Amino acid sequence: MKTNRAVRTPGGLSVRLDVRALTVVVLLLLAALTASVVLIGTGDFPIPAADVLRTLVGEGNAGQEFIVTELRLPRVLVGLLVGASLGLGGALFQSITRNPLGSPDVLGLGQGATAGALAVIVLSSGSANQVALGALAGGLVTGLAIYVLAWKRGVHGYRLVLVGIGVSAIVTAVNGYLLTKSDIVDAARAVVWMTGSLDGRDWDQVWPLLALCAVLVPSVLANSRGLRMMEMGDDVSSALGVRVERVRLLLLVAAVLLTASATAAAGPVSFVALTAPQLARRLTRSPGPNLVASLCMGAALLVTADWISQRAFGAEQLPVGVVTGVLGGVYLLWLLVTERRAGRV
Amino acid sequence: MNRLSAENVTLAYDQRVIAEQLSVEIPDNSFTVIVGPNACGKSTLLRALSRMLRPSEGRVLLDGQVIQSMPAKKVARTLGLLPQSSIAPDGITVADLVGRGRYPHQGILRQWSAEDERVVQESMERTGVAELAERYVDELSGGQRQRVWIAMALAQQTPLLLLDEPTTYLDIQHQIDVLDLCADLHEEQGRTLVAVLHDLNHAARYATHLIALRGGKVIAQGAPKDIVTAGLVEEVFGLRCQVIDDPETGTPLIVPAARRARAAAGERGTAEKAVATGAS
Repeated sequence: MKTNRAVRTPGGLSVRLDVRALTVVVLLLLAALTASVVLIGTGDFPIPAADVLRTLVGEGNAGQEFIVTELRLPRVLVGLLVGASLGLGGALFQSITRNPLGSPDVLGLGQGATAGALAVIVLSSGSANQVALGALAGGLVTGLAIYVLAWKRGVHGYRLVLVGIGVSAIVTAVNGYLLTKSDIVDAARAVVWMTGSLDGRDWDQVWPLLALCAVLVPSVLANSRGLRMMEMGDDVSSALGVRVERVRLLLLVAAVLLTASATAAAGPVSFVALTAPQLARRLTRSPGPNLVASLCMGAALLVTADWISQRAFGAEQLPVGVVTGVLGGVYLLWLLVTERRAGRV
Repeated sequence: MNRLSAENVTLAYDQRVIAEQLSVEIPDNSFTVIVGPNACGKSTLLRALSRMLRPSEGRVLLDGQVIQSMPAKKVARTLGLLPQSSIAPDGITVADLVGRGRYPHQGILRQWSAEDERVVQESMERTGVAELAERYVDELSGGQRQRVWIAMALAQQTPLLLLDEPTTYLDIQHQIDVLDLCADLHEEQGRTLVAVLHDLNHAARYATHLIALRGGKVIAQGAPKDIVTAGLVEEVFGLRCQVIDDPETGTPLIVPAARRARAAAGERGTAEKAVATGAS
């Protein structure tokens, strides 16, 4: 089905729109926002959706105001931003490595961030902010290590995946070591952190994430056309005038930053970076990295998973990472099975 | 002065030197074909001419400028390349893939002009894939797929087009198909074509300018009629043969000598080959 439409102005400007992809993006955004409103209304003190909306535009009563803007809104915003960052980061990695398995979870970035966080928890029993910084540093160092080790006359997808898997194994071993060295209180804290949770996130986590996304998302999207060409191989894309190595480095740095900062804020929420781009692609049915759709899919997925974890398990909350793992994994399997039947895998 | 040339280039992958002090001129408006035995550096030369490989010494000039110093998109509007290895993204349609050839003519605010649409349609018609426009590339046969990639390179609308073994993996009918298409592009649109080909007879039939390489050195160049002789073939490929007139086109046709004849001349040939291997 042909869904591309070109919109042109008399001045010679033109934009190409994929109607189906655009529809998917709008629907995913709506889903993410709806889930957010429902999520804000969920908890020990339920608030109807209409009241949530009224409070958000500043017309609620004082009690609701406090619960919504001080307690629940920042948590939901962190969820949206983390999901968006993971979705976008995952899409970038998968496109650069030309491999659906080339996502940050598999390449060891999550493990690297975990190592940073664990080091802070276990070695210095640091504060939540110090743990976040540790995770960020761990993710960045791991990303750099993978890039340097995979470099051979440029970085190629397959090498990147293999080196990433190797690094991932090493870092997992380090994490195991750190855990065994820790006392029981630190170990419990570390394990909760490692499953990925949005519990107790407040405005302090929102602002740095928002600032980072505000810089990274536009710069990534500005390079997305080059990335689309790079899917056809380095030779074809450089023949078309893409500065392959430069675009790749820039996008890898952005992807590492997005993933590491999301992990720093919420812990290694599993499977979102792997699943969101795949789901988005199947919905848009459009070739190419599907960056915006993956971003929206990540946000919708994470907030929905958080809602399920709260709804299904009430006060004894299950960390969101467990739900994303189960949901994402099952959905991906189901998709693979149906697509195989349709002969498209 | 020709638009594309290599001046005293040394070409190497890491420490492995493929060619030293190699100079080549691509005559404007020619259909140049580069031939030579395996590992003679013909694909490497093409990679250098298309700026995929930076020479460790010397320079490649495009319109009088060092090709690496030019803006990437500007080069891409002048010189197109059909590489050996290209990947069709999953689930991409023919029209979409051909449309990607318009990339160097586009920008963030000029993503899909009426001109882009016209050129894509025209490129698909030229290569005979217009009726496949909405089909998925991964459903096509090898010959059709090669035409689609050529269409993409055409959509780039470059006066110079470089093709790296465009007929490899195709059956004889599709090989001739692709070469006919190249000849059309050269004759009707006046594009300069440079192709690496394995089949000497195809090269002799289609090329207007032939470059014979061995061991990273140009052994001979010129019109096939003027340079293709039994002596040259033996020097370049180490193969005894006869060169006769192609009954269809009058171009040189290489007929390898019968096995027995080659065996009789075996001793001399072996000695020569030993010298050749030592030199390359």
